[in-house]
Amino acid sequence: MSAAMAEIGPYLALILVGFLPNEFWRVLGLVLVRGLDERSQIVVWVRAVATAMLAGVLAQLILASSGALAAVPVGVRIGAAVTGFLAFLVARRSVFAGVAAGIGAFLLGAYWLSH
Amino acid sequence: MAAEPERPPKTAPRALLDGLRAAFGSVLFYVLLGNYLGIGALAHEFGFSVVWMVLSTLLIWAAPAQLILISTLGTSTLIEVALAVTLSSVRFLPMVAALLPMLRAEGTRQRDLLLPMHLTAISVWVEGLRLVSTRPRPERVAFYNGLGMGLMFAAVVASAVGYHLAATLPPLLAAALLFFTPLAVLMVSARNSRTLLDALAFALGLAVWPAVAAMKLGLELMWTGLIAGSIAYAVHRVREATR
Repeated sequence: MSAAMAEIGPYLALILVGFLPNEFWRVLGLVLVRGLDERSQIVVWVRAVATAMLAGVLAQLILASSGALAAVPVGVRIGAAVTGFLAFLVARRSVFAGVAAGIGAFLLGAYWLSH
Repeated sequence: MAAEPERPPKTAPRALLDGLRAAFGSVLFYVLLGNYLGIGALAHEFGFSVVWMVLSTLLIWAAPAQLILISTLGTSTLIEVALAVTLSSVRFLPMVAALLPMLRAEGTRQRDLLLPMHLTAISVWVEGLRLVSTRPRPERVAFYNGLGMGLMFAAVVASAVGYHLAATLPPLLAAALLFFTPLAVLMVSARNSRTLLDALAFALGLAVWPAVAAMKLGLELMWTGLIAGSIAYAVHRVREATR
C-alpha cells in the first residue's frame, strides 16, 4: 500500500484521517452525556477518568516523545520535568517559575550531553 | 465545587469577552504559543503548506494528534494514520462528558454545546473546569467559548509563525518548544487539583501510564484512564461513605 498523502492529497487526508478520527471522541462525549447532571455519580467518575487520562498523556509526552523532542535523551526529559516541578513547589506553586526552571534544566542537560 | 455567585448573569458577548481575557491572562496562552511554534516548524520540515498547518490547528486542535498526523502522513497508510490519531484522542470522550454538564443551563440547546465541544483540548479543559464553576450558569457557555477561542488564537498564530521560522530554528530549541506543553500542563493541573479525587486521579495517572506502557497491551491511555480514574473514584466513594 502507498503512503496516505500520495493517495488522496494532504487536505483530504487532513479531514479523513486527522479531523474525523479525532473529533469522533468529542462528539461521542457530547452524545453520551446528554441529559446527565454534573453531580451524577457517572459524571464524577468520568471526570476522574479524564483527569487520569490527561496525566497519562503527559507521562507519554515526557517519556515516549515524538518529533524533535525524541532526539533529547529520556533522562534529560525526566530530569527537567522533576526540576521544573520542584521549582514550582518551592516557588509557592508559581507555574511561571516551574516552567522557566524546567526549560532551563532541559536546555542545559541537552546541551551538556551533546557536547 | 465552588458555589455559583449571587449576581445577575452577564450577557453572552460580555461573558465571551471575559473568556477571551481569561485566555490572554492564562500561562497556557504563552505555553501554547511556544508549543505551536514547534509544531509549525515541524510541518514545514515535513513539506506541508502553511494553510494546511493552520487548518489542522483549527480542525484538530490537539497537539498529540497533529504531531502524529504531520510525522506519519508521508510514510504510513491511511488506516495506520487514522488509527494512531484516534488512539491518541480517546481522552476527549471523558473530557467532554465531564465538562458539558457544568456548562448546561436552563434552555441550553444541544447545538449550543457544539462549539464548546470542539474547543475542548487539554489546555482549555484544565483552565475551563476551574474558571467556569465560579460563574453563573447562564454565562458559562459563552465564557468557555471565549476562553477556548482565545487559546486557539495563540495556537493558530504560533502555527503560522513557527512555520516561517522553521529554517532558522536550531533543533535543540525546536525540541525545547515541544517540551513546553507537558511541563506547563503538569503544573497547571497540579495547581488546579483542589479535590482529593482530582489530585489522586492525576497522580495515579502519572504512575499507571508507565506501568501499562511497559506491559505493551496497546490502548495505554484508555487503560490508564480507566484504571487510575476508577481507583481514585473508589477511594473518593469510600471516604465519602465513612465521613
